[in-house]
Amino acid sequence: MTRQQILDLYFLDARHKLIELAAFLDRIERADGKEDFRLKSFRAALGELTGNKKEKAKNVLLAFSDLTTEPIAKAAGKGAVGAWNGAK
Amino acid sequence: MHYIEPHAHMVSRTTDDYERMALAGCEAVCEPAFWAGFDRSSPAGFFDYFSQLTEHEPKRAAKFGLKHFCWLCINSKEAEDVKLAEEVLALIPKFLNRPNVLGIGEIGLNKNSRNEMRVLEMQVELAAKFNQLILVHTPHLEDKLKGTRLILDVLKNDKRIRPERVVIDHVEEHTVQMVLDSGMWAGMTLYPETKCTPARAIDILETYGSEKIWLNSACDWGVSDPLAVPKTALEMKKRGHLAGTVEKIIFENPKKFLAQSPNFKIT
Repeated sequence: MTRQQILDLYFLDARHKLIELAAFLDRIERADGKEDFRLKSFRAALGELTGNKKEKAKNVLLAFSDLTTEPIAKAAGKGAVGAWNGAK
Repeated sequence: MHYIEPHAHMVSRTTDDYERMALAGCEAVCEPAFWAGFDRSSPAGFFDYFSQLTEHEPKRAAKFGLKHFCWLCINSKEAEDVKLAEEVLALIPKFLNRPNVLGIGEIGLNKNSRNEMRVLEMQVELAAKFNQLILVHTPHLEDKLKGTRLILDVLKNDKRIRPERVVIDHVEEHTVQMVLDSGMWAGMTLYPETKCTPARAIDILETYGSEKIWLNSACDWGVSDPLAVPKTALEMKKRGHLAGTVEKIIFENPKKFLAQSPNFKIT
């Protein structure tokens, strides 16, 4: 597909998602209380969207990932939250 | 259009879903053993589940003209209890000669713990001993990268395991390359919020090619779409992919992998 064709097919969808993301950050900033590790990872991932670096989707996923290599001693629960809490 | 759904948890779906899948062109559905959304209290719970997968569910699918196949294992979410896992794995050999069983799956990791690793190794041993295909679940979200690396290490270190007989499921942009480099198959799961959207799955196909890769809905009791595969096929057509390419991804590729099991027969 050409860039023009991709814009025709996906621009409105991407614009919608970008505004949702901006509104999410506005919502967070209006609210009281402390941030946590998820927002820190989120802001790091946002940094991957600008500039000419390739593989933006991959780099965003890496920004949320546990980059350690050893198995953990015991699974404390079953769920994942979407960002690695390296400080815990 | 016809397609194979290589990963769907139909015990959690309604008969309406079977009907919609059949109307969309599904010819066969393959159901890995997984977590029920709660921990089973004993091995007997797994015995009943394996019976459901090998006896009851094929009959339910057949009412809509669909072939039903399954995979057996204890899933990684219940693998922290190694003793329970040992007892469940002892049940599996007596089910392996059932006519719709394709192999051992979906094994893998959830939180990447030592006990999960131990149970993964036990299940790889079971697959090797009985010469079974392997279907692997990779962890969710922040745990996926690390878990995929650990799983690949276990599989590559066992020289009895032939990579072309293993599919590593739920790959995304940060894990697909390492899976394909290993010689194993890669599965892309199409979820509305987590894992891949149709657009991203097609991006991955356009970037990494169409060899040793398939699409699945992994529809279950959570937010998921049993028609995700045909919807992605439609998106591929919108993006100008030829009918033959779509057919390869949604039918020929899963057929090629699954046909390595003598039980996988579709007309």
